[in-house]
Amino acid sequence: MTIIVIFIYLALVLAVGTLSHKLFRGTGEDYFVASRSFGPFLLLMSLFGANMTAFAILGASGEAYHEGIGVFALMASSSGLVIPCVFYFIGTRLWALGKRHGYLSQIQYFRQRYDSDALGLVLFVVIAALMIPYILVGLMGSGLTLNQITDGKLPVWLGGLLVCGVTLGYVTYGGMRGTVWVNTFQVLIFMTFGLAAFWVIFKKLGGLENGMAMVAAKHPELLIRGDKIKPLELLSYTCIPLSVGMFPHIFLHWLTARRAETFRWTVVFYPLCIAIVWIPSVLLGVLGSVDFPDLKGPAANSVLVNMIGLYAPGILAGFLAAGVLSAIMNSVDSQTLAISTMFTQDIVCHYRFNDKMTEKQEVWFGRLFTFAVIAATYLLSLVVNRSIFKISVWTFSGFAAMFPVVVAAVFWKRSTKYGALASIASVVILWIYFFTSGTETIGTGGVMPVAVMLLVSAAALIVVSLLSKPPADHVLQKFFHQG
Amino acid sequence: MNSRIVQWALYTGLFVLYLLHNDLWFWNDSRLVLGLPIGLFYHVCFSIVTAVALYLLVKFTWPRHLEAESEKESAS
Repeated sequence: MTIIVIFIYLALVLAVGTLSHKLFRGTGEDYFVASRSFGPFLLLMSLFGANMTAFAILGASGEAYHEGIGVFALMASSSGLVIPCVFYFIGTRLWALGKRHGYLSQIQYFRQRYDSDALGLVLFVVIAALMIPYILVGLMGSGLTLNQITDGKLPVWLGGLLVCGVTLGYVTYGGMRGTVWVNTFQVLIFMTFGLAAFWVIFKKLGGLENGMAMVAAKHPELLIRGDKIKPLELLSYTCIPLSVGMFPHIFLHWLTARRAETFRWTVVFYPLCIAIVWIPSVLLGVLGSVDFPDLKGPAANSVLVNMIGLYAPGILAGFLAAGVLSAIMNSVDSQTLAISTMFTQDIVCHYRFNDKMTEKQEVWFGRLFTFAVIAATYLLSLVVNRSIFKISVWTFSGFAAMFPVVVAAVFWKRSTKYGALASIASVVILWIYFFTSGTETIGTGGVMPVAVMLLVSAAALIVVSLLSKPPADHVLQKFFHQG
Repeated sequence: MNSRIVQWALYTGLFVLYLLHNDLWFWNDSRLVLGLPIGLFYHVCFSIVTAVALYLLVKFTWPRHLEAESEKESAS
């Protein structure tokens, strides 16, 4: 029965994506940014959905299983403050520049803002290298979820393949419009079913207070921060949500807004949407420590699925699995579309066609790269085995550390391409160093590597910009308006 | 009230919220409030207060010039 519900859900997702094709205008701008036509509700749903990965659903509950309730403060409430601020201060301004100059990708903006092809190429390589693990997180989560929820009837590789196939279908056919329609449908699904799982499970346990009392009896350390999370770790973790300022898929979603005013709803409701999704994930993760006490390391990522299997079997389990799958798929689709947009616009169109592709060519190259990206990451997902949460943190850290580049591009006229390149180089060097040395925190205080990377990146940008020749006047006139 | 003062008051408010996020005062407190551990309850309230602060931000300090600029440029 569970499998039938999942298949029906996937068919519905495909149908929604396919339906969106009826509005397709056949242009590159329509395929990549839906002709910049979305209103407040679709923008909120798509931006929120694009940010809610397997990391939020499976990774959060898995991490809460080990670390306790502090995970909510670490990632959820800090994101609820930092991310809307980035949308407000950076997103609205990049939307305006994107509309003014007709941008379809983040690299186009940076290349023109700093008047440098080399910077565009370096950014392309770094962003693509950081995005692949992020997409991997989603694919690994989907295979794992389907495997667990069907008691192993669907092998991990087949579950991942199924999700890849459906995502590929609506992204290639519907482009950005299909992606956002599906995202909206899926956000509503995972919010509803997440709350339903929470309600059903805690009702069976005799209420929230009883459930927490069970945790307090066996694992009281999970109800406080204690030694599991250090104060400096909490402080430095607030750097991680800055990553949205440099995510290519978020940039692409910003461009879909009809007007600057469209961002208002997103800015206000974002913290509430995060709370609605993360509270059940964290509490169910903590509660899972009572029923499934022996999950080690990455195995804890399946605690939510185990809880659903234990307390809500049958059709409900299928619905709840659909909720988890929604959260996963609606970030994988946006990320894949963003990477394929970059390949199409910033490599093929810019270098092979001198920025003069026909609309038809743009659409077909977009589709081709979407297929290539999904196929490559799917194959990688079969051989990688690392904690979903840990992979995500490293990806976020890399993007967050490049945040000074976008801040300087938008607000600081004196910033130069050499400053931006120095900043990116410092991020690459430090990221490789911290990642390969397995550094999770620096020293005994719990400082996250991202905080150090961010400081060095900002310092490199400022110092090298001031030491290099100021940008040309025509560039400044294009990006900074007087009055 | 001068709009510049309102703007800076709201920016300062956001910074104060950022500081309040680091709730050292409930670090080792395991009391339950409305069924939630107080450390979690605090951050749920924090999320609601953040939404209110952001509502005030977009209501009183919205960057209206962006709309006009982008429309003017698109038309030209």
